[in-house]
Amino acid sequence: MAGRNDNSWGHPGIYAGALLLIGVMLGPVVYIIIGGFRTNAQITTDPAGLPDPWETVNYSGVLGGSSFWRQAGNSTIVAVVTTLAVVLLGVMASYVLARYRFRGRGAMYALFAAGLMFPVTVAITPVYILVKTLGIVNTLPGVILPQIAFALPTTIIILVPFLRAIPREIEEAAAIDRCSRLGFFWRIVLPLSVPGLVTTGILAFINSWNSYLLPLFILSDQESFTLPLGVQAFASEYSVDTAKVLAFTSLSMIPALAFFSLFERRIVGGLTGAVKG
Amino acid sequence: MADSLVITDHVRDGGGVEPPPPARSRRRGIGWAQRLEILLLSGPAVLIFLGFVVAPVLVAVYLGLYRWKGFGSPTNFVGLDNYVTILQDRAFWDALQHNGMILVLSLVFQGPIAVVLALLLNRKIRGRSVIRVLIFVPYVISEVIVGTAWALLLQTNGAVNDVLRSIGLGGLAQDWLANPKLAIWTLMLILTWKYIGFAVILFLAGMQNIPEELAEAAAVDGASYWQTQWRITLPLLGPTIRIWAFLSIIGSLQLFDLVYIIWGQYVSSTAGTSTMVTYMVNEGRNAGNYGYGNAVAVVLFVVSMTIALLYQRFVLRRDTEGALTGGR
Repeated sequence: MAGRNDNSWGHPGIYAGALLLIGVMLGPVVYIIIGGFRTNAQITTDPAGLPDPWETVNYSGVLGGSSFWRQAGNSTIVAVVTTLAVVLLGVMASYVLARYRFRGRGAMYALFAAGLMFPVTVAITPVYILVKTLGIVNTLPGVILPQIAFALPTTIIILVPFLRAIPREIEEAAAIDRCSRLGFFWRIVLPLSVPGLVTTGILAFINSWNSYLLPLFILSDQESFTLPLGVQAFASEYSVDTAKVLAFTSLSMIPALAFFSLFERRIVGGLTGAVKG
Repeated sequence: MADSLVITDHVRDGGGVEPPPPARSRRRGIGWAQRLEILLLSGPAVLIFLGFVVAPVLVAVYLGLYRWKGFGSPTNFVGLDNYVTILQDRAFWDALQHNGMILVLSLVFQGPIAVVLALLLNRKIRGRSVIRVLIFVPYVISEVIVGTAWALLLQTNGAVNDVLRSIGLGGLAQDWLANPKLAIWTLMLILTWKYIGFAVILFLAGMQNIPEELAEAAAVDGASYWQTQWRITLPLLGPTIRIWAFLSIIGSLQLFDLVYIIWGQYVSSTAGTSTMVTYMVNEGRNAGNYGYGNAVAVVLFVVSMTIALLYQRFVLRRDTEGALTGGR
């Protein structure tokens, strides 16, 4: 439907609007990145100005220290493990929900759908207590396990329609060729549902990369901090050194941004499957 | 998502090879091999979900009945005392009120803006894919970073006020964060900035499912662009909008990260931006009253559940037909 009536809404107007939009959306982000190239004196005298001269000392200071890299490493481990586990467990359970008939399927689906309503926030204190009881407080698994559990509902709700959409004829053909249901899952369902897997994987990765409340409760030891905790600790430790905080902050947002811009198309594609009107 | 939650005839067959037997006479059930498959495939997900989501929620209900400092086993049973305290605490009601305001304003601000932006980005304009990526940037950046950045920008001697002064609007310079009359509106601006991209992407995805023929037919009948959008696109986007609104409502009720980062432990209640979760974290974890924190969590749970079920019952029902109540 797009582009059909372009004349009714002049192009210059659209582009002016788009530019304004981009300015508003990116302004604060650009401010952080550029601010990292300034000195505190510059920021104090002229908060909204450009670097003059450009200083790289803040960035090199952060990159030269150990805490940024350690936290980035922790965040990467947590995000990668969470993502792989969520996608794997999610697609297995979604396959069952989408293509098996059994008593309790409705209840199982309802259980996960209800989980959508309850982010980790609601159960954070008991989750903390549970993790403490398991003896994995202050360790990365202590964050990873609950994260997997709380990411499952979104994953399953998005994947089930994907798996349902695989035509029955394919399954019948596979059965005629003496392909078991598990073989069908492995050889046909998984490859066909890659778009959905990628979408849910990206969402899980970004959510994990950015998550704050859960690590805040579970990780209290600097050694185990993930980046969001690190940013906050850094910001309060160097509260007078604004420029350095800005440098730290902009470096820590790079991975999620890079990850997202690589896969943006896939996200929209995957959601398109999930929100069929 | 709407379609996903409705089980179609196609799916009722469950993908089985044999024709579905008559509904009632079916007693043989499914073979053990299939049971094993179901168990193997769904077992891990169900187990971890029960262990780390369902069980903690139940434990919260139990611990909410105790006065408990977080170590040893809870022995000081206080019944509903925690709940009485919550309901008598002015600070809790303030927080609840802030949540309500954020909930309504989020829908009112973000909904219309996101629809307009999605319509704009649904047109075939040059650079559209770049804009789509850029508009999503704030959503992808973590709350901690967003909070840190905005807190710096909005300081009384920060960049925003500086820009206002330099363009001759110094009169508009404000104490954006600490002024209790203003702070919640500042928060709304930041929230809109942060989450609008998500709404736009959802709406764009929904628009891809609206057949182009409809707009073409309308154009043939002489409908203008805006008429087409108003009469065709918007109504057909209904299910997507309703799902977005649902997610937005839940998000508003659970809001924590941004407020906690920007206003910190102590300022949010005086600045008028405290939420139920900041209240929970402050009075529970930070004060070492884990029993009380759990009771607050239960109240939060009940409030969320009630609103979710009401929304499901009165708004989402036609889209999802019992998605949350039986799944079939």
